[in-house]
Amino acid sequence: MSTVTTRTLPQSGADPNAARTVDPVKLFNRLCATCLTLFALIWLVPFVWALVTSLRPDGSITQHPTSLFGGGWSLHAYRYAWDNYPIGSWYLNSLVISALSVLFTVVLCSMAAFALAFLRFRGRAAILALVTAGLMVPSEALVLPQFIEYRAFHLLGTYWALVLPSAVAPVSVFVFHAFFRGIPRPLIEAARIDGASWWRVYTTVAMPICRPAAATVAILTFITSWNAFLWPLLVLNQTKSQTIPVGLASLVNPSNIQYAEVMASSVLGFLPLVAVFLIFQRQIVQGIATTGIR
Amino acid sequence: MTTVASTRPARAASRPTAVDQRAPGSERRAGLLLSAPFLVIYLVFVIGPLVVGAVVSFFNTTTVKSGLGAWVGLSNYTKVCRDPLFWQAMWHSVLFTLFTTPPLVVLALLFAVLAARIRRGRVFYRIAFFAPYVVPSSVVVLIFLWIYTPQVGLAPKVFSAVGLPVPDFIGSTAGGWTAVTLMTLWWTFGFNFVLYTAAIQDVPADVYEAAAIDGAGPWQQIRLITVPLLGRTTSLVVILQILASLKVFDQIYLLLSGGPNQSTRPVIEYIYDTGFTSYRGGYGAAATLIYFAVIVAISAAWYGLRRWRATRAAA
Repeated sequence: MSTVTTRTLPQSGADPNAARTVDPVKLFNRLCATCLTLFALIWLVPFVWALVTSLRPDGSITQHPTSLFGGGWSLHAYRYAWDNYPIGSWYLNSLVISALSVLFTVVLCSMAAFALAFLRFRGRAAILALVTAGLMVPSEALVLPQFIEYRAFHLLGTYWALVLPSAVAPVSVFVFHAFFRGIPRPLIEAARIDGASWWRVYTTVAMPICRPAAATVAILTFITSWNAFLWPLLVLNQTKSQTIPVGLASLVNPSNIQYAEVMASSVLGFLPLVAVFLIFQRQIVQGIATTGIR
Repeated sequence: MTTVASTRPARAASRPTAVDQRAPGSERRAGLLLSAPFLVIYLVFVIGPLVVGAVVSFFNTTTVKSGLGAWVGLSNYTKVCRDPLFWQAMWHSVLFTLFTTPPLVVLALLFAVLAARIRRGRVFYRIAFFAPYVVPSSVVVLIFLWIYTPQVGLAPKVFSAVGLPVPDFIGSTAGGWTAVTLMTLWWTFGFNFVLYTAAIQDVPADVYEAAAIDGAGPWQQIRLITVPLLGRTTSLVVILQILASLKVFDQIYLLLSGGPNQSTRPVIEYIYDTGFTSYRGGYGAAATLIYFAVIVAISAAWYGLRRWRATRAAA
């Protein structure tokens, strides 16, 4: 889209005449850039504010809330947060649950999608319809009956209660399915003629090709299951067994005036995911754009 | 919730049925075996809760001990329908949707259109706008609770600096809605921004080229080309936003704990309270199913409308 300006004004920067006259298109674009940059900086303010607060001593925060550099800086709040809350176990729980969810999602959903994309079998249309319906169903709405069912299965308080429902997200099947349908059929048929079983075709032909789809599903599943709140809140009732979002929620208290300590915990809470995002931002954004996962 | 309207199986479903009889046994077996693990877990743990909810809603089940309890027929449903608190909670979810959907759609469209005109710094905008989306809700609430703190917080200072009256962000109903709306705007804006940015990239460049030759300025290009061509995306963004906003729980529960006198409590928090503070499982399940039916009706209506439009456009 930016190409528009390039086409109407070829190399306007290098041309001295164009630089002198005030060009409305260029002016408009500059206005856009200024406006957008301003808002982007505003968007970063909460992160910076949390980070700065976490590094200041409590006394100076309440006395001079906006003078950022008065009172000195220290990492005391981080030490306090780490010593007083079981953040280490929360990290570990989140990590184990998210990793298991990713593993199960990639395996189960790619298998199902492979079958739906390449194989003809009884019930195929029904499974597709069921999965499509699953896309429209808000699973968050069903937490109460879900809780009753999982209690009946004695799954409450276990990792499985969190891993199982996120491992069969219909949207992951659709990402794989859409990708598999792009693989040319002759490739699959050639492998079959060579005598490969369907399982071998799946593991040695289809899976290596669909690495980009697997990466998308893996990253998005990781983020979704790391950030899940309501269901883990209900399922994990021991403080030590909680995940990062649920554990940190116990610090939410409007009368808590240990601002630096709370902000240090928040920074510890958002750091891993922001790091994951910064590393994989291209894949994450592309994945969101193609699937619309929310 | 997901879009995936483009991957709907209409074509896929119609093709193989005719050949079904000719598919060799090994292929049919492999298909069943490969999809079985997914299917079993999906049926038991995703469809299961819906069935359990439907059954339990006819019993006076409690959430503290196992067992169904006694059959009560439709009385849970009639009680839920007569409970003003339930309808208030439904209204709060709708209100939250009304507050958040317009800014989240309009601003995302505006910013995405602006960002598309700029060549440099796209990665920076993407990072700045989308980074909040990957932060867990409780961390967002911790940060914003500090920003909203009276006297020492950032928001009261900014509000008074620009001359706005400073609301009681946490303690009052109106202030609470302001606080939750602004926080949600910051948190989820990037999602819609990304959907729009991707859609704008799909608009072919020669459309603009032709418009520029015809003498259309940048504003006319945006108004007459970009925005109309994004119609499908806008419809998608709007429905996704409505469905996401109707599911609101985390922000209101954590930041306001339902507000003074439950005056901002959304419907999921109502269900949560009936199920996990007053332990009325059957009653909560009835409320769940009514709410669930509303959500499904909205998304089905959207799919129907989209289909109807598509067939009308094709005819």
